[in-house]
Amino acid sequence: MSANNDSIQKTILVAVLLCLVCSIIVSTAAVSLKPLQVQNKLEDKRKNILAAAGLLQAGKSIAEQFEQVTTRIVNLQTGAYATATELAELTAAGYPVASFDQRRLSKDGNYSAALPGKEDPASIKRLEKYAAVFLIEKEGQVDRIILPVHGYGLWSTLYGFVALEGDAETIAGLGFYAHGETPGLGGEVDNPSWKALWVGKKVHDAGGAVAIDVVKGKVVAGNANEINQVDGLSGATLTSVGVRNLMRFWLGERGFAGYLANLKGQGV
Amino acid sequence: MSSIKEVLTQPLLTNNPIAVQILGVCSALAVTTSLSVTLVMCVALTAVTACSNFAIALIRHHIPGNIRIIVQMTIIASLVIVVDQILKAYAYDVSKSLSVFVGLIITNCIVMGRAEAFAMKNPPGLSFLDGIGNGLGYSVVLIFVAVIRELLGSGSLLGVEILTLVTNGGWYYSNGLLLLPPSAFFLIGLFIWLSRTLIPTQVEKPDFVISPNTETSGAH
Repeated sequence: MSANNDSIQKTILVAVLLCLVCSIIVSTAAVSLKPLQVQNKLEDKRKNILAAAGLLQAGKSIAEQFEQVTTRIVNLQTGAYATATELAELTAAGYPVASFDQRRLSKDGNYSAALPGKEDPASIKRLEKYAAVFLIEKEGQVDRIILPVHGYGLWSTLYGFVALEGDAETIAGLGFYAHGETPGLGGEVDNPSWKALWVGKKVHDAGGAVAIDVVKGKVVAGNANEINQVDGLSGATLTSVGVRNLMRFWLGERGFAGYLANLKGQGV
Repeated sequence: MSSIKEVLTQPLLTNNPIAVQILGVCSALAVTTSLSVTLVMCVALTAVTACSNFAIALIRHHIPGNIRIIVQMTIIASLVIVVDQILKAYAYDVSKSLSVFVGLIITNCIVMGRAEAFAMKNPPGLSFLDGIGNGLGYSVVLIFVAVIRELLGSGSLLGVEILTLVTNGGWYYSNGLLLLPPSAFFLIGLFIWLSRTLIPTQVEKPDFVISPNTETSGAH
């Protein structure tokens, strides 16, 4: 290294040139790959939605499979679909239906509200005003209703989708696409054989209250609430409790109960 | 000046960056629970080390001594961002499971260590090969750890089930410890032990020798 490398002029020159070259390389990569990345993200979400509904077929393009799905925005306070004015407002605020980002919405002060501790069993802190639901229709009848859910487990917030059958009562599938639970213990929420236990369970008990439950250990066969209960994950009590809380919250009054009641009432 | 062959093969075992230089252990703990993720991480790290070595060696005569570390960091960071962007575009699922660890290649001591120790003093071509060699040395250890962790921890390799798990109706009770970070420490420790037993020249001389007791009367 020659001595004139350490002169102030040379130091500044090298620093400026280096920054310039590096920033051009980085921004070129970021800009040119952006469309592919956005596409991947969307496809990944759609894949999760289809997987939760148990409709994901390997080897077929996701875009093609997703054609059967209708995305609707629900106002969680009224339980009705967002009106045209509300949709226009959401689009203007950067939340168009096609790429509805509910996670971002729940942090947006204009479209979400803080949940007081007592009303927040799933520890989600803030509740958004709108949620995107996904409907699959067959022969003019709603066949699957796929609802986004999230809530806190042991270490992390679990994000997932729960699919209900057309009667808005029977669970058709469940899947979490993002969580940070312990691999091998709480991480078993991803285990297909555990997820299969949810299929066919009912959301409400005979009295009409939300009764879906993850019990500790195995469900006692023949007990009165068997139809509402799923086996807990062994070694992952807190994750199991977290899943129960988030299911009860999102299927309950603050969540989608109003919407599901409306849907049933209309008989669609 | 080292020969091409030496530069490429030395880091594999005799001067392995993880086992001998104990560099880059942090990411070895985090990304070795499944083999497919590990392989991508190895490719990413090898590419970054090779390219950053090349770029730094190219301008080594013009880097002012007092800002050389910052210059190296800038080059490494830019390359890592590019790799991260490419992974997000072409290997989305893997990039999701690697998450933050791709970004953390920036702080991986191997990249920085090779830039400072080798690329600053050697021509670009040789530095590039040194980067590849060290990346491969890192890969050897990571693959060793990942094969054991995935096989015994989840009963599969590259996601293909080999030992049928009890939860799927088989006979194998998975070892949950192997999926947690501490197990990588044990495995890397075993690897270091193994490599130092096979190649005794790797054993460092003790920094000091404890002298024997001079008074034996008080000893029990």
